Amino acid sequence: MTKDDCKQVVLDIIADIAPDEDLSNVKPDVRLRDQLQLDSMDFLDIVMELRKRHGIEVPEADYQRLASLDSCAEYLTPKFTALGK
Amino acid sequence: MNSASHYDVAIIGAGMSGLAAGIRLAHFGKKVCIFERHNAPGGLNGFYSLAGRRYDVGLHAMTNFVRPGVKGTPLGKLLRQLRIDRDEFALCEQKQSRVAFGPHGETSLRFTNDFAVLEGEVARLFPAQIDGFRRLVAAVRAFDDVSLVAPAESARAIVRRHLTDALLEDMIFCPVMYYGSATEQDMEFGQFVIMFKALYLEGFARPFDGVRVIIRVLLEKYRAAGGERRMKCGVRSIIAREGRATALRLDDGGEITADHVISSIGAAETGQLIGSDVQPPVQHSAFRTPPPSVPVGALTFVETITILSRQPAALGWGGDTIIFFNDSPHFHYARCEDQVDLRSGVICIPNNFDFGPGRELADGIFRCTCLASYSRWAHLPEETYRADKLRWYAAMQRSAQRFLPPPPAPDAFTRATVTTDMFTPRTITRFTGHLGGAIYGSPVKNRQGRTALANVYLCGTDQGFLGIVGAMLSGISMANYHILQRS
Repeated sequence: MTKDDCKQVVLDIIADIAPDEDLSNVKPDVRLRDQLQLDSMDFLDIVMELRKRHGIEVPEADYQRLASLDSCAEYLTPKFTALGK
Repeated sequence: MNSASHYDVAIIGAGMSGLAAGIRLAHFGKKVCIFERHNAPGGLNGFYSLAGRRYDVGLHAMTNFVRPGVKGTPLGKLLRQLRIDRDEFALCEQKQSRVAFGPHGETSLRFTNDFAVLEGEVARLFPAQIDGFRRLVAAVRAFDDVSLVAPAESARAIVRRHLTDALLEDMIFCPVMYYGSATEQDMEFGQFVIMFKALYLEGFARPFDGVRVIIRVLLEKYRAAGGERRMKCGVRSIIAREGRATALRLDDGGEITADHVISSIGAAETGQLIGSDVQPPVQHSAFRTPPPSVPVGALTFVETITILSRQPAALGWGGDTIIFFNDSPHFHYARCEDQVDLRSGVICIPNNFDFGPGRELADGIFRCTCLASYSRWAHLPEETYRADKLRWYAAMQRSAQRFLPPPPAPDAFTRATVTTDMFTPRTITRFTGHLGGAIYGSPVKNRQGRTALANVYLCGTDQGFLGIVGAMLSGISMANYHILQRS
């Protein structure tokens, strides 16, 4: 899985959690919280959907690594690779 | 362990909060079962049929309404958390509501889903208070009302820092109390904030077909996520060992086990299930924590429903969706001495939501709610009970109609009446199990939902998020906090 695929995985999850957000212009290097209205309940859901859909565990100490699409890709791509995806 | 009767989570009660908790848990792969004693879901906000006609149990309006695009409010959080598209609820907004005080409602504050209307009314009727009112609104907006750890403060005391006119204070409190307060005369400020936002800063709406639409959406989400449900099968007792629930004994005599139990039936009521576990077969240790003593709520209500052959607009009552009334110098929100307290109440005319051009409810509906006394209704012989219902039905209609324009003819309402129904505190306890008929539960709320047992949690009215949106958020929050965030 490439880093771009990984960003798409996160965007797909956000699209399901928050269908009322416009995701067409999300900047990868800007914190998601600063460009979308996502609260802590929504971030918890991103983590739980990653586990449900892709079997990826994100421990609470690592939540801040999901801050932007770029940081998500950095953090999650090796995890996908480790699972052979 | 028999896997057929073991669940990750057992939920007691298929009301709004239990269903919402169930959807969250099932969506994230938990094996969940909801146990409901009644044959219909919905709990305090259910629906029923009588003589071929469909009624909503208690819901006047869904509070917390915001228009599409308004984010960060309870309704938006709820829709996201339960993966509900807001079109599924198809909410229709209120036209306008009023708080009418004085023997014939001489002082009347209008409010709509546009907060500027209420602000304008306060400025017009209480010009000396408007600056204080705006400061109060700022304090309400700044308060973190979803905190699970906020300290308790008197709402009356905080409101009086901003408002000095006792009439305006009572008029602001009246709707807020009637739509959610379990506390007499005062409220905890956090509860006041939740209700102030829900009623005034957000607003009222309902689906055309009423509360059943919301319940149907919840049931469908729950089923699609793989949740199980057992109706007409309540939980008789919770069997505990060493401070944890180990099994649930069901009304049908069966027993199931669960890692976690979420109870939506109330704090005192849940305590009774734990306490009623007299001879648990698996209990070898003598350890058992007594149920925490939680006061039963003192506030209960009667409600009348009148079905009319005409639209209420034909009687001159087409303008107001909900009217909160009080005829006395002071507003008394407290346990009443008589069977019914006629001094104040709430009128709801469901026809007066804006259902869109040419769309109207088939029947005219007129609902009226007043404070009542549980003890003076609970143990009456059947014949007296029926006679009292008839007598108070008539008295409530006379009382409520003081706050409405006079109909075209004095007997127009009576002549248009097709049928009536009425619930009393006794009905509430019978169908929902709430002790004392206390719709809003105990005055002591338990934000973290903890009970005497480590793996049993409360959700719903006694956890303390109010209204039906609050009830659903309560189920969601407790499922997240106690189960999903920990696994």
